Amino acid sequence: MPKVKVPRKSTAVDMTAMTDVAFLLLTFFMLTTKFRPDEPVMVDSPMSFTETKVKEEGVLQILVDQKGRVFVTADGADAREKIAKSLQDRYKITLTANQMENFKNTETIGCPISDLPAYLDLKREQRTDFDKTSKGIPIDSADNQLGDWLKSAYMANNNYQVVIKGDRNTQLDKVKRIFEILQDNKMNKINFITSLEARPKI
Amino acid sequence: MAAELGGDGGGKHKGGKPKGKKMSTRIDFTPMVDLGFLLITFFMLTTTMSKPQTMSVMLPSNEKVEADKENKVPESATITVIIGKNNKIYYYEGKTPDDAAGLKETDLSANGLRKILVAKNAPYITRIDELKARYPDKKDEETLKKAIQEVKYERLATVLLMKATEKGVFSNMVDVIDEMNVAEIGKYAIVDLSAKEKEMLKTRNFE
Repeated sequence: MPKVKVPRKSTAVDMTAMTDVAFLLLTFFMLTTKFRPDEPVMVDSPMSFTETKVKEEGVLQILVDQKGRVFVTADGADAREKIAKSLQDRYKITLTANQMENFKNTETIGCPISDLPAYLDLKREQRTDFDKTSKGIPIDSADNQLGDWLKSAYMANNNYQVVIKGDRNTQLDKVKRIFEILQDNKMNKINFITSLEARPKI
Repeated sequence: MAAELGGDGGGKHKGGKPKGKKMSTRIDFTPMVDLGFLLITFFMLTTTMSKPQTMSVMLPSNEKVEADKENKVPESATITVIIGKNNKIYYYEGKTPDDAAGLKETDLSANGLRKILVAKNAPYITRIDELKARYPDKKDEETLKKAIQEVKYERLATVLLMKATEKGVFSNMVDVIDEMNVAEIGKYAIVDLSAKEKEMLKTRNFE
């Protein structure tokens, strides 16, 4: 049989177009997204079909995890600086300049005031370890530190939108206690963070 | 596999004396593409494009209101929902029943609380559906919203009083508010359990 030689065509593909697409996508993501803030605790938000979004800035988030530990995230480094100064006055502690800087740069904090200066001195990896066993900000009526945090936050920025990010298995007695503290501070308009699900049809 | 960079590959032979081999200036771009996609994957996984969703809630103010200044709500329009443990929901309509037998049980499924609320608020739901049919266009959205709010806040529209026991969980509260929104109930309040209700729950071992 005569050997039929199939003319071989080159299988090389010109990759220029692919590179362009890849870098375009990359630029898109770099410009339109923000890094997800790392929270000390992972929280599983309850599902709801509500679609309103959180404000971009000026949000005061109270994070309650499954065990009922409370962490506060206050938007805005300047606001956080004012909060730090206010907490110093209320509790008669002093933070060094370095600790102040760290406070300004930390988004989410949840530790009793007594541990705060030490916490601010820890490095990031040590902080994650600390947060695993941290008791969060105390909310019991004998030691209502959350109330002071809220008052300080309100003085720093009276337009904060208060948002509660709770785990779906957080017990309601903790949530009710947080409601009481909010009501005492006249913060009656709050929002819950939820994950989106489809709206059921009646 | 290679992109042209302008150099001619191969090149012509320059004559007898080989002056030095002309190197090909073709560069293989595959690793660049790999890097590009690696970076994309990194950014896709570590960033977030949108802010999370929220559900807004109004807490009642805890200042004491004068008895005569309180808005009197007709008892026929209220339904009290109590969140118990293990996703159990108890409810009753109107004023607190005298004994624990008056506490009815339901759950958060489609056949549970939703059916009860939809049944109770049915006339208002039909009116709101009519409004939605009357104003289907996007440009009438504002008028539609205002009209729906007016219907929801009418004097005899259903009012939901939400009470929670200690063992209930947060997702139950969010689900009750969701069912309320499905049933188009606009007036609600999150209040504390009364002593009588606590007694009733204890006798039926609910908590």
